[in-house]
Amino acid sequence: MAKRVLVVEDEPNITEAISFILSRAGWTVHTHADGATALDKLRRHPPDVVILDVMLPGRSGLDILSDIRADPGLGRLPVMMLTARGQDRDRDLALSLGASRYMTKPFANEEVLESVRALAGE
Amino acid sequence: MLSFDLLVFFSLAYVAFLFAIAYFAETRARARTGWLRSPAIYTLSLSIYCTAWTFYGAVGYAARSGLEYLTIYLGPSLVMVGWWLILRKLVRVGRAQRVTSIADLVSSRFGKSTALGVLVTVIAVAASTPYIALQLQSIALSFAVFAGEGAGIAGSEAQLWTTAFWSGVGLTLFIVLFGTRNLDSSERHHGIVMAIAVEAVVKLVALCAVGIFVVWGIGGGLAATLDRIDASPIARWDQPGGRWLGLTFLSAAAFLSLPRMFQVLVVENDGDERNLATASWAFPAYVMAMSLFVVPIAVMGLERLPGANADLYVLTLPLSEGRQGLALAAFLGGFSSATSMIIVATIALATMVSNHIALPLWLRARPRGAVVSGDVRGAVLLSRRLSVGAVMALGYLYFRLTSGGAALAAIGLISFVGAVQVLPAMIGGLYWRGASRIGAAAGLTVGALLWAWCLLLPSLTGILHPDVLSEGPFGLTWMRPQALFGIEGLDPLMHATLWSLLLNTATFLTVSLFSFPTPLERLQGAQFVNVFDRAVGGARLGPGETGAEDLLIMAQRILGPDDAQLFFARAAARQGKDGYLPDVTPDFLTALERELAGSVGAATAHAMVGQMVQGAAVTVEDLIAVADEAAQIMEYSARLEAKSAEQEQTARALRQANEKLTRLGLQKDAFLSQISHELRTPMTSIRSFSEILKGGVDGADAIRFAGIIEEESRRLTRLLDDLLDLSVLENGQVELRRQSGTLAEVIDRALASAGGEGGLAIDRRRGEEGLLLQTDLDRLAQVFINLVSNARKYCDADAPVLRIRVGRSGGRAHVDFIDNGTGIARENQAVIFEKFARLGDASRAGSAGLGLAICREVMDRLGGGIAYLPGQGGAAFRVTLPPPGTGLDEAAQEGAVNRAARVVV
Repeated sequence: MAKRVLVVEDEPNITEAISFILSRAGWTVHTHADGATALDKLRRHPPDVVILDVMLPGRSGLDILSDIRADPGLGRLPVMMLTARGQDRDRDLALSLGASRYMTKPFANEEVLESVRALAGE
Repeated sequence: MLSFDLLVFFSLAYVAFLFAIAYFAETRARARTGWLRSPAIYTLSLSIYCTAWTFYGAVGYAARSGLEYLTIYLGPSLVMVGWWLILRKLVRVGRAQRVTSIADLVSSRFGKSTALGVLVTVIAVAASTPYIALQLQSIALSFAVFAGEGAGIAGSEAQLWTTAFWSGVGLTLFIVLFGTRNLDSSERHHGIVMAIAVEAVVKLVALCAVGIFVVWGIGGGLAATLDRIDASPIARWDQPGGRWLGLTFLSAAAFLSLPRMFQVLVVENDGDERNLATASWAFPAYVMAMSLFVVPIAVMGLERLPGANADLYVLTLPLSEGRQGLALAAFLGGFSSATSMIIVATIALATMVSNHIALPLWLRARPRGAVVSGDVRGAVLLSRRLSVGAVMALGYLYFRLTSGGAALAAIGLISFVGAVQVLPAMIGGLYWRGASRIGAAAGLTVGALLWAWCLLLPSLTGILHPDVLSEGPFGLTWMRPQALFGIEGLDPLMHATLWSLLLNTATFLTVSLFSFPTPLERLQGAQFVNVFDRAVGGARLGPGETGAEDLLIMAQRILGPDDAQLFFARAAARQGKDGYLPDVTPDFLTALERELAGSVGAATAHAMVGQMVQGAAVTVEDLIAVADEAAQIMEYSARLEAKSAEQEQTARALRQANEKLTRLGLQKDAFLSQISHELRTPMTSIRSFSEILKGGVDGADAIRFAGIIEEESRRLTRLLDDLLDLSVLENGQVELRRQSGTLAEVIDRALASAGGEGGLAIDRRRGEEGLLLQTDLDRLAQVFINLVSNARKYCDADAPVLRIRVGRSGGRAHVDFIDNGTGIARENQAVIFEKFARLGDASRAGSAGLGLAICREVMDRLGGGIAYLPGQGGAAFRVTLPPPGTGLDEAAQEGAVNRAARVVV
């Protein structure tokens, strides 16, 4: 059975690009645009990998990351953070909160695919 | 023969003329023409002292009691001549405390007491109602004289009632139109003052005309008239000196304490004490002219028309001689006297009833601490109008009940004695620090009760049983209304005056000595008594917790948005702050309370502000301020205060600058991060889809993906354009193109460009938008587009509405854009005009947060301005339009200065 990725991102065009790349590679892709309800969605249908944007409406991606790590059911879920802010400080903060990977926009498509595969343990 | 209809026509024409005068003066007052405030107008307005009672009644009085009528003029003349004794202080206090009526003065002096305000109002209404009735009666009678002349019979009672009724209705209309048109914080009515000044001239001319006719027309010249006077009984009747003295004192006291006199003397006094200096000789001259021909007319009347009503000689003499024109002039003179008195008295009483009875009741009916809701101005104006109607109805009712009763002069004097009861509390309050609220209330009550018992009730036929007059109530002879404590032989008027004033004053003094004034009373007392010595603030409220914004909301509802905003902006500027919200200091609260007092009276204003400010009690500092009154200490502390205020102002400015710097520092960090985010987001899609296309996809997807790439490229371009625009504006390199067009056109364009989608309703008044502009209209439209799109994006109401309003403040036109959403939080109001200051989550909107920063730069360049307007219920922006005369070069320079100032801060 195909593995599942959840993309939490509010820019529709970026969501569409990631979906296209991953679907073509055989993944089942779910998307979600609202920060406030992202955690609920994760709890109801835990995916194999999460791609999480840092600046989301409703709730920051970093807050969601902390909650994932504190959640007994989701604690070990691989999380790839996406951000449009390229400063080192942001990267350090994300990694210290428990991000599995950290990727800066704009990204190379191949890079995204490889990271997701690595995170899913393929 | 003058027909009754013709007479009605002349009256109506005259009234229309008065309307025109009042309207003209109101228009001129708005244009601030100087002569409206001239001492001459002031003096003429004082002549409402001469009512129909003096116009018609003085002659009757002379016919009955000889020269005694002169006392009625002598008293006020003495008060005016000695104006610096009492009047100067009264006017100074009235202006300093923004007093709206005599009840307000007493209430304000004694700790802004609501109860005292009510008491004085009740006394004033009780004392003035008969007087208003008297004026209605004189109008009705003078009509009846003409009607009777025509039909050969005197007018029936029903006819009198009808005439009085319609006169009352017409006057009510006039007063509501010009007396309660707007809620002016200074409570002045230029139109009405002008109209009564004209009426003053009319009545003087009319009386003199009749006098000249009597002396030279039918009296056979000056010498013959003097002989006649010598021969007539008037010259022989001599009066006891005590009564002369008493009447002179009574009329002087009434001149100071009649509500209508207080209205023209103090409240409507628009200039300053110079008005008084002129009036001090001009007013006695006026009343002298008014009294000049009284005796000749009375003598001639007694001789030619024996048995006729002496109160109407002024009218009946010319009629009996067949001089219709002269009779008409006399009629209009009497009409003027009556109407001007009714107008001013009604306004004064209505202000008192509304401010001291209706509004406190209304205020009490609402839960304590609740924020004032609804339009208070509407409520105040409505209560004023209803009060006008009520006062007039009372006068008419009294007239109907007592119709055909006492002679004119008797009612006038009864009113005088009632009004004079306020005098001890008023004079005591002005000159004696020890006077207390309880003392004033006790004295007023005793005086009013005695007046009613000894004078008012006996004058009303059928109320007191004759036995009570002769034997006293329940056989208590010492309580006989006209012989208290068994002292007989005084005439009833002097008896009542003596006892009521004596016991009033004694009670006031005694109770004041034995009662302890509250802190607020002591503060107000110091303010009143020492009004010439110092210019310190009044009773202060504690700063408490109320935000300036809440106070602004309340003030807007009472003073109107423009005045309130101007007042708040000035207060903020005095504290060295930008914007519309000053710090809520005791000084500011005191000033605000005084401003509000001009509209709703001191007690109500105090209650309203107190309701909003927690801890309305007087603070420890205030008590210390009361205690330390030695002049030296006061002066020393005043100097210290000035210094510390200066330091405080500097500190405040520094604190503000520091806060702003900290915010700007944080923003600079955020700026790089933001710009990175704004550029990278579209770049991500472009790069990603380009890679996908490069790898090859089928046709439909390829077209769609290419579309996304194009869309995101446009977004990038737009962002770069905005950044460039801003940087050009900031560096002052922008070219402005001067065009002319109307404001409406610019708004039309902005609404069209901002797009019609999204459910934002626009509420605008095209009628206000006819303003012609001469500036760079494209740039102005750019600002409007930004504000409209912001409302479209951020207004979170269920049914979003954007109000666009045009107004003026400080001589400049402005346009307000007000939506009905949650608005912008106080702490954010200062930063929204900074770059990338988009609030809350960053990615919600499709723009980069440069819009308002650009707007501010544009308005600076155009010589106008843009600011956030707090306290409007939703997000509100005020765009101040460039002044019409500014060339764009000057505007640019001004803009550069503003920018420089910002850089320095």
